[in-house]
Amino acid sequence: MLRFLVRRFALLALTLLGASFAIYSAMYLAPGNPIAALTGGRTPSPEAIAILEERYHLNDPFLVRYVRWLGAALQGDFGVSIPLRQDVSTLISQRIGTTVQLVLFASLLIVVVGVGLGILGGLRKGPIDNAVIVFSTLSAALPSFVAAIVLLSVFAVQLGWFPALGTGDGVIDSIRHLTLPAVALAFSSVALVARVTRSAVRDELGREHVQTAVSRGVPYALVVRRHVLRNASIPITTVIGITVASLFAASAIVERAFALNGIGAYLIQAALSKDVAVVQGISLVLVTVFVVVNAIVDLLYAVLDPRVSLGSSAS
Amino acid sequence: MTDAAVAAPNPTESAGAVDRSFALPGLRGTGSVGHVSAIVIAVAVLLGVVGPWITPHAPNDVDLSRAYLAASGDHYLGFDSQGRDLLSRLLAGARTTMLGPSVVVLLGMTFGTVLAVASAWRGGRFDTIVSAVLNALFAFPAIVLAILVSVIIQPGLPAATIALSIAYTPYIARVLRSAALRERSRDYIAALEVQGLGAVRICVRHLVRNLVPLIVAQATILFGYAMVDLAAISFIGLGVQPPQADWGVMVGTGQSGVLQGYPLESLASALCIIVVVVAVNLLGERLTDRANEANR
Repeated sequence: MLRFLVRRFALLALTLLGASFAIYSAMYLAPGNPIAALTGGRTPSPEAIAILEERYHLNDPFLVRYVRWLGAALQGDFGVSIPLRQDVSTLISQRIGTTVQLVLFASLLIVVVGVGLGILGGLRKGPIDNAVIVFSTLSAALPSFVAAIVLLSVFAVQLGWFPALGTGDGVIDSIRHLTLPAVALAFSSVALVARVTRSAVRDELGREHVQTAVSRGVPYALVVRRHVLRNASIPITTVIGITVASLFAASAIVERAFALNGIGAYLIQAALSKDVAVVQGISLVLVTVFVVVNAIVDLLYAVLDPRVSLGSSAS
Repeated sequence: MTDAAVAAPNPTESAGAVDRSFALPGLRGTGSVGHVSAIVIAVAVLLGVVGPWITPHAPNDVDLSRAYLAASGDHYLGFDSQGRDLLSRLLAGARTTMLGPSVVVLLGMTFGTVLAVASAWRGGRFDTIVSAVLNALFAFPAIVLAILVSVIIQPGLPAATIALSIAYTPYIARVLRSAALRERSRDYIAALEVQGLGAVRICVRHLVRNLVPLIVAQATILFGYAMVDLAAISFIGLGVQPPQADWGVMVGTGQSGVLQGYPLESLASALCIIVVVVAVNLLGERLTDRANEANR
């Protein structure tokens, strides 16, 4: 187990190192002159340029700047946004709450509705199962930005049940503001989770040991709980984990559609205004979250399924 | 040539046609769903080619006095927020909407196939290095990669297609690598090697050829993903740039109409995207099933 953990952790660190290097060098290639951005178009004196270059380390070699950036980022310092002259970490921390709330809300919907529908469809053959299949096929094809538009049109504009744009104040108002975005974000993932859950439950119901338990007169509910759901939980957990990992990046689109002030919408805005330090910082945060959650899913999979031999799955 | 075909039809072919229901050669075994999907895709491709040429009105003809006017006369879908003819914009938008995913599929499949076959063939250190690079790429959600590339290059269709081609490569390479490894261990490859054929020739002429069903299935599924992701990137303003008509862009530019109670522009363009994506996904699923069955 320990060896597996160490290897998984090493792989994780290596992946993040590669990804951070890719992010930094990509932004290094980005066009634009930081001096011009700093001086706002005025022609600065050579002394002023020298001071600015000194302060922002603009003359250091690429690798030195990368290592300094990475070292600071590891301590939570993502540098300074040159157009805004503010710490990127401050800009991120003001907005990350919205993104986390949105992702948690959407994850809750995915788990409750997705797994719920999947179990329902898996256990009850006939019309209920067919309804689940139809629903999951349709909603799987609904991208988050289309779901956002449809929800806005129906529930915010036509019916007026929810506010259309922005983030609310206070708990209840925030939940009201986040409901439509969370549903939009969750929609296609609910379908995926429902599908996987349904087929996992179906597979387990057909197993010999389940059939044996049923024919021996073990109460059906107990069979379902102990044998069906227990075994089906392995693929279900995996698919939920992978889905939730992808939500952080995907929320950028939904945040943009609903004008929420999360880090995703801010990343898009920073990309449009070429605020390089912010793009680097938020990209690094999103990539890290994605990789770490995926690694946790891998570990969970190994813990949940005793058949996974830890030695071989690491190789 | 045609005379011979008419005079002496291939007996096995005509026998097959009797007991098999109608099926196009490339779609055999995909059933009626596969055929209907293929027709929808063919229509979409056709619109992508001729769409901008058959618009009833100029798609970028702005007239603010007609903003949000309902359908009338020969304006079958009415007007958008800028008073432009909506049907014309949908037709004109088919081109970039279909072209983008096609380029992504072409580039992504080429990178993915070359990397997969090369690392399955060479194995050893080369395989390890390729795997490491792909692992680092796996860390980037497609949308993040698209945002990064849009900062390096101008936001636009080229940046978005390059980003998505890179983002999908590891997924394609992973699937094809294991298939290529399976193929590599087959006897016919060993037989060809014994005959002294070069590695490149064996790979291109024989190994890749046997992967074609899987490659086609993967490409189809990829097209669906690419279309959704490209539309999303255009929706957030980092893909195709307005006023260029594009279905993804129109979902986004129509949002102001949605908020004012005129959702037709957004909904119509979204519907176009969904119809094509569903058709592509359904066909892709069936092609994958067929490829898996053939491999068994």
